[in-house]
Amino acid sequence: MDKIIELKNITKSYDRQVVLDDISLDIYDNEFITLLGPSGCGKTTTLRLIGGFETPDSGEILFGGQRINDVPPHKRNVNTVFQRYALFPHLNVFENVAFPLRERKTPREEIDQRVEEMLSMVALKGFEHRAVTSLSGGQQQRVAIARALVGRPKVLLLDEPLAALDLKLRKDMQQELKNIQKATGITFIFVTHDQEEALSMSDTVVVMSEGRIQQIGTGQDVYNEPKNAFVADFIGESNIVDGVMLKDKLVSFSGHTFDCVDGGFEPNEPVDVVVRPEDVDIVSVDKGMLRGVVTSVTFMGVHYEVIVDIGGFKWMIQTTDFVDVDERIGLYIEPDAIHIMKKSEYSGLYGDYASFSNEFDELSDAESEEEA
Amino acid sequence: MTKKRTRSSLVTGLVGGPYELWALVFILVPLGFVAYYAFTDNAFRFTTDNITRFFTATSSVTGADGAGREVRTYLVITWRSLKLAVISTVVCLLLGYPLAYIISRASPRAQKTMMTLIMIPMWMNFLIRTYAWMTILQDTGILNNFLAKLHLGRVHIIGTETAVVIGMVYDYLPYMILPLYSIMAKMDPKLFEAARDLGCAPAGVLRRVILPLSMPGVVNGVTMVLIPSISTFYISQKLGDGMFFLLGDAIEGQYTANNLHFAAAIAFILMVALLAAMAVMRKLTDRYTYGGQAK
Repeated sequence: MDKIIELKNITKSYDRQVVLDDISLDIYDNEFITLLGPSGCGKTTTLRLIGGFETPDSGEILFGGQRINDVPPHKRNVNTVFQRYALFPHLNVFENVAFPLRERKTPREEIDQRVEEMLSMVALKGFEHRAVTSLSGGQQQRVAIARALVGRPKVLLLDEPLAALDLKLRKDMQQELKNIQKATGITFIFVTHDQEEALSMSDTVVVMSEGRIQQIGTGQDVYNEPKNAFVADFIGESNIVDGVMLKDKLVSFSGHTFDCVDGGFEPNEPVDVVVRPEDVDIVSVDKGMLRGVVTSVTFMGVHYEVIVDIGGFKWMIQTTDFVDVDERIGLYIEPDAIHIMKKSEYSGLYGDYASFSNEFDELSDAESEEEA
Repeated sequence: MTKKRTRSSLVTGLVGGPYELWALVFILVPLGFVAYYAFTDNAFRFTTDNITRFFTATSSVTGADGAGREVRTYLVITWRSLKLAVISTVVCLLLGYPLAYIISRASPRAQKTMMTLIMIPMWMNFLIRTYAWMTILQDTGILNNFLAKLHLGRVHIIGTETAVVIGMVYDYLPYMILPLYSIMAKMDPKLFEAARDLGCAPAGVLRRVILPLSMPGVVNGVTMVLIPSISTFYISQKLGDGMFFLLGDAIEGQYTANNLHFAAAIAFILMVALLAAMAVMRKLTDRYTYGGQAK
């Protein structure tokens, strides 16, 4: 696969606040790549740089090997699906989709044919003469996608395109976008703060925080082998505890020594240990490697979310077995459920569920949708 | 259900009532009087003479070649009023459109300041503003003294149509900027970005997005400038040295000469013409209402 876009040491700041700090990223042809991170991590700015709406303070943007730092947006072979669709309210569905073709003075018959093609791809045949303001959110979303694809760009940029849709519709659209990407073979660069969305759709996930890329990899990579505490915490749920790597494949944490599968650390090196909540088995106290008291149990549908206090550190465990609050339980952890990470600037910031609540999670999600 | 409906209509009545009363007392009743006077003579008997007089009255003027001619007095005045009003409106639009756009894209703070600056002249009486322009435009006025200081020669503006247009543009420019600004401030800048993204150069964004979206503001601004400037008076007397008698001046003149019925007739004809013009404007606005065609 060929590189289609290369970002080289990009730095960008507004009012002396650094938004992107020395970002380098290669994007390949036909790839579905997702920029994932919380509000203010620089993912939208990265997208706007590629779209041509921002210029980097330093660094280079290459498109097919050509430097495009100073190429204005209308001359880039890149189109964008905007967060709130940005459909033209004075034009109907057909004219919205035909907009880029009319700008290029495409012949009439070709416009008709290509717009129809796009509208049938997004299942909006028969809506040609409808006012875009009379469409539902999902339908507007489809018009925006058709409009961005009708000009046959090399790369499609999608800026949190599903954030405004309800859950059911969002799931359908995820699948549909994935299908469209496969069918057209166009590179999709997708921005989201929703880690589930990122994992389920992307070939490559780029996890960003504070203007820096934290990890680049497939969905499995970033989930199973997070590079640091930030990634481990942001992608899925994680218990992150301080540990000491005694030697290869032997780690000690929470007052117990565990077999594990990782190596390559100095003897007795302090590390961050990640254990996913679904990888912890609840056993009787005498069989447990760790022992603790259940402090809360929440029914989530598929499983229970159990918070266990182990020596003052709150662990989250996802289990289908019911346990009761104040019950003493034992925990059993398989060696391959233990993931070891080097210490980083994020160590100690994440991974304790002492202040955990579901509402808090949702609040911070809603906020990040407003990211500029 | 029925109960709710009664209650909501009561609320509507209470809230909407005062407006209807207001409209009756301050709009419909005065207009009724204008129509009544227009179609009656001094003894308040029905007549159409006043209306006929508007279309048929003649007077003799001396042409540029020195020969005298008979012209239909009020039709000439109407034509002149219309011409100056249209020129003023076009100038207001050409000045006001870019200005409104610049203001609408400025920071909220700057927007407030600029809009205040545009409103400030409206706090002054328009007679005083017109007098101010007299002192500026006179042959020995501020403008000419300034030009003379720079050795650029003098210009004769006062007493020309240009002076009248300057006065009208100055007076009515805020009425153009306000509706344009209010519609432009509501435009989503993402739409401009989308247009750039989809292949438009900046000129294309203006032509294909900004202009069509601001059309309702243009129609409103044109209406709000054209209508008062077509019926304006006094500006032409002062800045035009009395050479450009306009419809507003004619109404004022007939009124002060105590020809109330003929003054009312002129006002009535002007009003009917303007209502017709507004109906056309409304049709234009409807055509440009957002959202494409068929629903």
